[in-house]
Amino acid sequence: MSKIYFLPSHEYARIDEQNPDIAYVGITPYAASQLGNVVYVDMPEADDDVVAGEEFGAIESVKAASDLFSPVSGAVIEINEHLLDNPRLINQDPIENWIIKVQMSDSSELEKLLDAEAYDALCKSEKH
Amino acid sequence: MNTQLYDKLIFELSRPGCRGYALPDENRADEGLGDIKTLPEQLLRESEPELPRVDEPTLVRHYTNSSTNNFGVDTGFYPLGSCTMKYNPKINEELAAGFASELHPLQPADTVQGALEVYWRLQKALSTIGGMAEFTLNPHAGAQGELTGLMVIKSYHNSREDYGRTRILVPDSAHGTNPASAACAGYEVVEVHSMPDGTVDVEDLKSKLDSSVAALMMTNPNTVGMFERNIPVIAEAVHAVGALLYYDGANLNPLLGVARPGDMGFDVMHINLHKTFATPHGGGGPGAGPVGVRAGLEQFLPNPRVLQAPDGTLYVNEQDSACGRVSAWLGNYTVFVKALAYIYTLGACGLRYVGPLATLNANYIMHSLCDLYELPIPGPCKHEFVFDGLKDKSTGVTTLNIAKALLDCGFHAPTIYFPLLFHESLMIEPTETESRRTLDDFISAMRDIAGRAASEPDSVRTEPHHTPVRHPDDTEAALHPRLTWSDLKC
Amino acid sequence: MDTPSHPYFPHTAEDIAAMLERCGVKTVEELYSDVPDSVLFRGHYELPSAMSESELRRFFKQLARKDRELICFAGAGFYQHYTPAVIPALLSRSEFYTAYTPYQPEISQGTLQYIFEYQSIMCALTGMDVCNASMYDGSTATAEAMMMAVNSLKRRRRVLISATVNPLVAQVVNTYASYNNVTVEVLPEKDGITDREALRSMLGAGDVAAVIVATPNYFGILEDYTGLADEVHAAKALLIMNAHATTLSVLRTPADWGADIACGEAQSLGLPLNYGGPYLGYLSCRRQFMRKMPGRIVGATTDDRGQRVFVLTLQAREQHIRREKATSNICSNQGIMTLHAVMYASLMGPEGLRRVNGAGASGMRRLAAELCLTGKMRLKYPDRPYLNEALFEMADGYSADTLINEAARAGILAGVRVGLNGLLVAVTEQQNEEDIKAYIKVVNSLKKENS
Repeated sequence: MSKIYFLPSHEYARIDEQNPDIAYVGITPYAASQLGNVVYVDMPEADDDVVAGEEFGAIESVKAASDLFSPVSGAVIEINEHLLDNPRLINQDPIENWIIKVQMSDSSELEKLLDAEAYDALCKSEKH
Repeated sequence: MNTQLYDKLIFELSRPGCRGYALPDENRADEGLGDIKTLPEQLLRESEPELPRVDEPTLVRHYTNSSTNNFGVDTGFYPLGSCTMKYNPKINEELAAGFASELHPLQPADTVQGALEVYWRLQKALSTIGGMAEFTLNPHAGAQGELTGLMVIKSYHNSREDYGRTRILVPDSAHGTNPASAACAGYEVVEVHSMPDGTVDVEDLKSKLDSSVAALMMTNPNTVGMFERNIPVIAEAVHAVGALLYYDGANLNPLLGVARPGDMGFDVMHINLHKTFATPHGGGGPGAGPVGVRAGLEQFLPNPRVLQAPDGTLYVNEQDSACGRVSAWLGNYTVFVKALAYIYTLGACGLRYVGPLATLNANYIMHSLCDLYELPIPGPCKHEFVFDGLKDKSTGVTTLNIAKALLDCGFHAPTIYFPLLFHESLMIEPTETESRRTLDDFISAMRDIAGRAASEPDSVRTEPHHTPVRHPDDTEAALHPRLTWSDLKC
Repeated sequence: MDTPSHPYFPHTAEDIAAMLERCGVKTVEELYSDVPDSVLFRGHYELPSAMSESELRRFFKQLARKDRELICFAGAGFYQHYTPAVIPALLSRSEFYTAYTPYQPEISQGTLQYIFEYQSIMCALTGMDVCNASMYDGSTATAEAMMMAVNSLKRRRRVLISATVNPLVAQVVNTYASYNNVTVEVLPEKDGITDREALRSMLGAGDVAAVIVATPNYFGILEDYTGLADEVHAAKALLIMNAHATTLSVLRTPADWGADIACGEAQSLGLPLNYGGPYLGYLSCRRQFMRKMPGRIVGATTDDRGQRVFVLTLQAREQHIRREKATSNICSNQGIMTLHAVMYASLMGPEGLRRVNGAGASGMRRLAAELCLTGKMRLKYPDRPYLNEALFEMADGYSADTLINEAARAGILAGVRVGLNGLLVAVTEQQNEEDIKAYIKVVNSLKKENS
């Protein structure tokens, strides 16, 4: 099981099993269920830079839109092009269907993120 | 309204060779087309635009039939909260249809004194109703009125070289346009919390007030229909830090004859003529969002401004102190004719009934339904109130289901899922032009839906059953946007 | 409160009594018990007393007598065209005009259908892929196009606007920009057209988000924008083209010029002059910018019976969802004016619309030839191509203001003054040979100013 970290704004950074400097960034199952049917994902382009805590795109469902914040800094090495044709993949499995793949410039940033346990607690508190 | 959908598009009625026009001098037109052909080729269109070709009777049938798919205030009760869907008097339409229709906006002022007088008189009328010094009528809609009002506020602070005011305070119950307008005027938005009774939390407000605040935007009564009774304290606190108080006039209707924003300490306000002053909403416009200011702020109103010379003649003026320009000319002019006709029809005394009757109607519905629907904020409401869905939460019937079930009963739905303070908001505003009989019919429909929600929830959840269109697929529309006739043909 | 007696108030005394009882109060005033005494309004509105319909008709008739309808040779963005009688007749169907924004598609297909038709017609005219449900007028449509470009290209906040764009439009663009930390720079004109060399150097300075030009331009000139889009795109900026709707049935489209966003005034689609409004701003763009578009958009989908139906779509962009993150605050737009435009364009069809342009073009050519013969005015840019509008300058000793005043006395609106002594004149199918003769007569009788 690969390591996974979270932002309180419901994005995750899943660390590549082979290369610890590469992270897959997407939205959490909790966020996906809150949004409902995803109809569009606004993504950066490959080679764009992302900065931890800053906006890198947006995600839209029929009734809501939400900015996407990057948990990590670095260069986008790939975007998930499957989402262009079929954004609903995010509703099927948001962890498998990541949004961008980032070459991290500073993996020590991961320490500032929430671990699975802390993130679960956050979701539970939001439900109430 | 019919129960069958009339689903043709005008493009589908097009036939080559059909025409729906007759021009005065068609020989001259064709001669001119010859002139156009002599223009350099690269300036001309390559292929003709795909427009329909229809004869006149075909067009008349098409739009008459498609109108029967629609529901307006003339069709039935339209209790859409915060939208003030009152009756649109017919005399207003008649008067507006002919008035000033052939006047070009850039005609010399001495040839448009009548047109300018309508502007001037309406501006004056709104000033006495709002308790303000002067109004501009130029903004085209409420949202643009908000933006203009904020531009006035920024210009005022700038004129005092007070450049540090970067924030606008907005209650969390505010209409979505308030924060959007503040952002469009280049401000940072800070939310102020509400008390359990829906009114502004004065302590929270005070903790956020400082010299970085340009203004507080407020709706009063607010979006849950409660009068902000602490308004004198709020005004004092806002002014004490040098900020201004902005009045969102979307909910002005219940105050006609009762109170004036200017007397409450508001410095700048807008009014939606298509709400409070009975001009039709036109399926989304044209509206008008006049902006009023207290004395001392007039010079910041946008260009152009209609002013009166000492001899009584009216003229159109532009000045450098203005906050800028928000319209090519004076805005949605014919809407002003309708609003002025409405105000003069009711007159000084008739207008005083508007607020109280609107409030009576709202309270009557609230009291008649609060045993079955969850009323999160008790106490007398003003022109509107909010239910938080059904009282019985076990049925699984949501506010959306209730709204759709009402369509089957021949009513328009209330505003739903707004304000954001409650999960199942159902916001009802009846206006003063609805009779007790209509309200009683609506109340029985709502009671019936509540009853069926308990006995046959599945049936309620699948409504509407009788409208010409049922359950459109919104997800499909957004996933694969088809936005034009060419998209449909693909 | 006593019982009202007016046709708009359906309440009888018994109704009010029964309703108060249901509410558990004795008077309506009690429902306002939470309004502090200090803010209650006890004065009188400074308004006349109620007028009956007859009085109101007389009142407005008297006001109308203070106006003078003139034979209109003025344009400057607003044109007098013929409105087919069926349009006001159908617009007056209250199913259309007393409806709100079509939030409930089940009972709003009439509105949704005509907005969809309107979007289709504007895309056909501009050549663009997507059009929204309308903007307030041509000036705010251009301002929103500018904001849309700035929001599409993050971190670029310079916008260039050609000096040949209508100044009323440019002022609104400037106003919107100044509150949003966007710098608008004027792209100079040379001999009536956008100075392309100046453009190159201004683009070269970097960070330009958008370039705004117009067709026909403010002086009525049809500028040749060949190569413009390539230059703008090479600088990674967007090209915004402001175009008069009616002329697009004969002129090269903004899409064919390579523009990214087309916007402007659609009043010329048969909307009455109405002393300035309501008019109709349009905003259309290429598909790639669809989700940056402000305002409402209608799309096609199906319902549970498989019928083709229309709904408001892509709503996540809008202010009621995005609140302070929305890129525009527009909600109400020009609504039913889009129905006006759709009916006009459908009745005219492609041929009718072309002939409207033809009538204006030939009328303008006749008038221009005769005006030049008077020796009192001349075409300012005689070598530039024009359609139905052109800029004249007065010969030495003659004043444009005097001409406007003299003409008004003769029942003619001679045009719109531009600069110190220029006159912008337009002709449509509405001014006939006699009108043109009357205009010439005024110019012929014009006397030299005493300097």
